[in-house]
Amino acid sequence: MKKTNVIIGIVIFAILVTVPFWSAILSPASGAAPEVSFDTPVINQLSGDDYKCVEDVEWMRAHHMDLLSDWKVEVVREGTRTYIAEDGTEYLASLQNTCFECHSNYEDFCLKCHTYADVNPTCWECHVEPTVAGGAA
Amino acid sequence: MEMNRRKFLKLGTAAVAGLGVAAASTSPAVAAAVNGSYKNAEGKQNDVTWGMVIDMNKMDNETLNKCIEACHKFHNVPNIDTKKDEVKWIWGEPFEHLFLDETHEKMGEKFKDKNFMTICNHCAEPVCVRVCPVKATFMNAQGVVGMDMHRCLGCRNCMAACPYGARSFNYKAPRDYIEEINPSYPTRMKGVVEKCNFCSERLAVGELPLCAEIAGAAITFGNIADPNSGVSKKLADNFTLQRRSNLGTKPKVYYIV
Repeated sequence: MKKTNVIIGIVIFAILVTVPFWSAILSPASGAAPEVSFDTPVINQLSGDDYKCVEDVEWMRAHHMDLLSDWKVEVVREGTRTYIAEDGTEYLASLQNTCFECHSNYEDFCLKCHTYADVNPTCWECHVEPTVAGGAA
Repeated sequence: MEMNRRKFLKLGTAAVAGLGVAAASTSPAVAAAVNGSYKNAEGKQNDVTWGMVIDMNKMDNETLNKCIEACHKFHNVPNIDTKKDEVKWIWGEPFEHLFLDETHEKMGEKFKDKNFMTICNHCAEPVCVRVCPVKATFMNAQGVVGMDMHRCLGCRNCMAACPYGARSFNYKAPRDYIEEINPSYPTRMKGVVEKCNFCSERLAVGELPLCAEIAGAAITFGNIADPNSGVSKKLADNFTLQRRSNLGTKPKVYYIV
């Protein structure tokens, strides 16, 4: 009798402790990666060879923060504002004046993944996101 | 199997090494390093030292106000009315506030009433740079004393050190006090110090600082390291004053009075 109670207790405990795991498995929607939107006026104008980001898209997805951090140091401290991408294209190294020109949809682009990944970059405390500046939503 | 201390350590080391190799081989293939490069469109301006001569015979209050408005508007400087909380990059001061030792009681009214344009002096020996514990304030290769807002932690050592009061602290969230945000320049956040940056974002693309562009003949801006530049000639041909030159901070903003 006592032994059964202990086993029941252990089972209940195990279920409670693993709630985050099996609840995520049971509700597939919550775990799905977000769909970011490329539907902005400037991106829609791009076609063929011009339809590209500063660097390879896969690389940008994983390392845009490294690129921005690198730009930050080069621009602010070294004063070099022209970035030459791996494919030779030159860009003005600027979050507000280069990135946001295409990605003018802060909420459907930046915020989608940042919310999903639960990261809170402090960029926006100073850098003006397009919606605040009255750019395309 | 008989397990002694020696065998246990050997097996353990091999197991850990094996795990390490396995972990390394399954890590993502996307390279982490930024592989692009940078170039400076104007070439490296290492032989340039920016300086400014303000001709107070040509500078009137109206021009000064235009400079202030344009600068503060472009750089998203908040407009806060109270003396304690105000933030300013350019402002006007009476002569005696700038040049106390040169002031006397018989000085003419027209000098007393005039607002002298006041900005960061971009000292050649900047005290603010020395006291900043995180190198947020630094001097760049062209002698401009700049601020890296990403680093500033708001200790205000630089404000205490600056003998010219050229620095303002954001006691309040600045965005609440900006009428219209300029989307091409960042704002600041509550808790950081800010000041004039000699328009380094404009200098980088070969343009004059905003105030020098607006004030026309009243402000001469250029390379003081080049003896043939306009600014060097102004300095050679006119009697000029530096603010508190006795301190040895070597300001690079000069006044013709």
